Amino acid sequence: MEVRLTDIRKHFGPVRANDGITLTVAAGTIQGILGENGAGKSTLMKILSGFQPADSGIIELDGRLVRMRSPADAIRHGVGMLHQDPLDFPPMKVVDNLLIGAPGRIVPRRREAAEAVAALAASFGLALDLKAEVGSLTVGERQQLELIRLLWLGARVLILDEPTTGISADQRGELFDTLRRLAAQGKTVLFVSHKLEEVQELCMRVAVLRQGRLVGEALPPFRVDNLVNMMFEREVSLGDRYACAPGKTVLRLSGLGAEHGRIRFEGLNLEVKEGETIGLAGMEGSGQSLLLQTCAGLAPPISGRVQLVGADLTGKTYRQFKRRGVAYVPATRLEEGLIPGLSLAEHFLLTEKKSGIFINKERGRRIADERIAQFNIKGTPANTVESLSGGNQQRALLALVKPGSKLLLLEQPTRGLDVESVIYLWSKLKERCRGREAIIFTSSDLDELLRYSDRILVFFAGRISGPFQAASTTVEELGHLIGGGSASDGTGPCVAVDGAAVGGAGTDVAGTPVAGGLYD
Amino acid sequence: MTESGSTTPTPVPEGPTRPGPAEAGGKGRFSRRTWINLGLQLAALVLAFLLTSVVLLVAGAPPFQAYIEIAKGAAESFTDVSNVLVAWVPLLLASAGVLVTFAAGLWNIGVEGQIVLGAVLTTWVLRLLMATSLPPSLIIVLAMLAGILGGALWAALAGVLKTFGGVNEIFGGLGLNFVATALTLWLIFGPWKRPGIGSMSGTEPFPEQLGLPTLAGERLSLWSLALGLLAVIFVYILLERTHAGLRLKAVGLNRRAAFLLGVPTWQYALLAFFVCGGLAGLAGAIQVTAVYHRLIPSISSGYGFLGLMIGMLIAYRAIWVAPVALFFAALNIGSIQLPIVLKLDSTLSGVLQGALVLLVLLVEGARQRYLRRSRTRAV
Repeated sequence: MEVRLTDIRKHFGPVRANDGITLTVAAGTIQGILGENGAGKSTLMKILSGFQPADSGIIELDGRLVRMRSPADAIRHGVGMLHQDPLDFPPMKVVDNLLIGAPGRIVPRRREAAEAVAALAASFGLALDLKAEVGSLTVGERQQLELIRLLWLGARVLILDEPTTGISADQRGELFDTLRRLAAQGKTVLFVSHKLEEVQELCMRVAVLRQGRLVGEALPPFRVDNLVNMMFEREVSLGDRYACAPGKTVLRLSGLGAEHGRIRFEGLNLEVKEGETIGLAGMEGSGQSLLLQTCAGLAPPISGRVQLVGADLTGKTYRQFKRRGVAYVPATRLEEGLIPGLSLAEHFLLTEKKSGIFINKERGRRIADERIAQFNIKGTPANTVESLSGGNQQRALLALVKPGSKLLLLEQPTRGLDVESVIYLWSKLKERCRGREAIIFTSSDLDELLRYSDRILVFFAGRISGPFQAASTTVEELGHLIGGGSASDGTGPCVAVDGAAVGGAGTDVAGTPVAGGLYD
Repeated sequence: MTESGSTTPTPVPEGPTRPGPAEAGGKGRFSRRTWINLGLQLAALVLAFLLTSVVLLVAGAPPFQAYIEIAKGAAESFTDVSNVLVAWVPLLLASAGVLVTFAAGLWNIGVEGQIVLGAVLTTWVLRLLMATSLPPSLIIVLAMLAGILGGALWAALAGVLKTFGGVNEIFGGLGLNFVATALTLWLIFGPWKRPGIGSMSGTEPFPEQLGLPTLAGERLSLWSLALGLLAVIFVYILLERTHAGLRLKAVGLNRRAAFLLGVPTWQYALLAFFVCGGLAGLAGAIQVTAVYHRLIPSISSGYGFLGLMIGMLIAYRAIWVAPVALFFAALNIGSIQLPIVLKLDSTLSGVLQGALVLLVLLVEGARQRYLRRSRTRAV
């Protein structure tokens, strides 16, 4: 099915997320949509899939003008979207997930549906266990389920938003094969990504968005520097490495083990010094967050000891860890980090030391003004946190961590941020390192890990390897380790094993200053 | 929305996407929006009356006359006005109390039972001390303090069930309401029954000196009126001006984030229950010492539930408690006349109050939808 978008506009307040985008995608094409964070990719795809209406503009499918008011509308017109995070119902069985959203009778026809779907899945070489519970599937399997569901509902245009995040290399290969087969059948695939090498590998055409506009299209063979220039219009550098001169030991983990759900690790020994930065690498959900939470007192260890500046804190509560100078900054900003509905000033009043019973609003405003300037937050003390942009929320979150902590635990501190925010944030963090604070952070971005860590631990299915010296590790070696390779293999010429976290592992990109994974 | 990432070198104007409360984009627009809001609230009020009128017409009664009768019943004589104020006091206390639990994100359905327990403990202390030689005023103070404590502990029980037992406070509160009712009935027909035989009219009335002084010939006590108003002021200051109030709100808005930011969350949740229960217990104590002078089976008279309705109606803003509670009290007292004059049941005021709450919430929802739409369309 041919998709033609004409002059699509969508504004959020003063932000022009889509500023007059015109794009035509022929039937049977795998069209890549490239752009950095905030370029307007997701907005455009949400408009096309009926999640949000455009302010103005025309959508035509096979030359027919359509108006889509909801995702259900879109799927009736043959447009289906595969979201970054699977939108399914974990406690239900696969087959029931399929029946939700299917037009049908009061009593669902389970068996017919199951047979049709099984046949469909088989035609793409995908094995789908219809009786399994969705919660027990991997992200990759859930993605296949969603894909099959959309096809079964009659999707002829498939939109995939960052589909390779969190799936294994094998699953990525399968996904790409499936997409190619779909295109061969005349289906149209829109592949949204900011990973250059995936786009290179898969797409037949690429459209590049920047600041809400379509800035160019490219046909294979794609030239990486050309795409990068279109995406950023500038050379990107993460800034210089900053190496610390480590001091006394801040954190000592001995024989530490922890368990949460199916994630489990054991026997971890680690010493973190003042001013040191430890990066935790690995596919999401390999235990990195669990380690951070164990170090913060949020998850009790099942074995081993946690010592902070000599004091044994094993089994103590989060508040006791916090009192001793451990600061934990969660990944989800509005869910766990900040309090929607409260203003920036109120946030600072909440975390600062109390002065008496009554609130001194003037003081709150003063502190907020100070921190806003110090952390370059775009907003006023009276702004509620949810009215800030993601990058500014992240800065606010960091501004809430009182200076003079001993250990900062940061979960995905730069997720969803554009490169300039990443650089700014790290310049602030490194200031803290110079102030003798130690940092442990998780990231799925290899360049970030290598650039900003002193040492790196690599998590793979509950196995922890390292620590490795970041300065003498290459992106290829790290990518290899994350994909489950062992350290000794990493020295030879290696291939990128993993699809999700590896950014710069593709040989095409490795030489350029921009590696795809940076923009995860 | 990551699209608003204002750190990209986009030509995005400085400042936030949405106008904060401090700057509402020009004075003219601000006042226009205020007028629109006021108009919508009035529309909800009119709609509530229309809906109730339909109910009345279906029941075969003349609506207009019914409203006149309610108004007359609430304000025809000084006694009517004083009776409205008598009903106003427990409403003030209950609504002020539930604002505290609402702020902490809790649905304190158990407020009814907390009023009852306040009344029970007040009665108990009065019975205990009435035969002693203590001065009556001291006995009253002690009894009322006991009432406050009773309500607070009953609420804390719901809080403990939630915090440590994982029982949702709505279910816990509801269950405790039933227990409280059963307890009063048992006391009235059992250990505290009148000499001879227990009856639904309650326990033996206390001597006059063990009650709060009332205006001559009326049931209104200026003491209880003052306590009710003080409670509202207390809650307003607590929520708007203190660190504790800010923390309560933080717990209510995002418990996990509040915890991670260092707020002792369950302690504050319990505190909210405790404060709300204390105020409800005070309401019960006042019903015993100033209004009924004894324990009666339905001592809470549904004021707790009405308080919850008022809390929702005013969207949890303490500043509106007093006027809205007064309106509800007037409706309640005014409709007492209805059965005599129009052969209508006095629960009509309940219909009107319920319709009002529903329609105000509906209008508010519609307004927010409209605002969201116009916000995305604007620029």
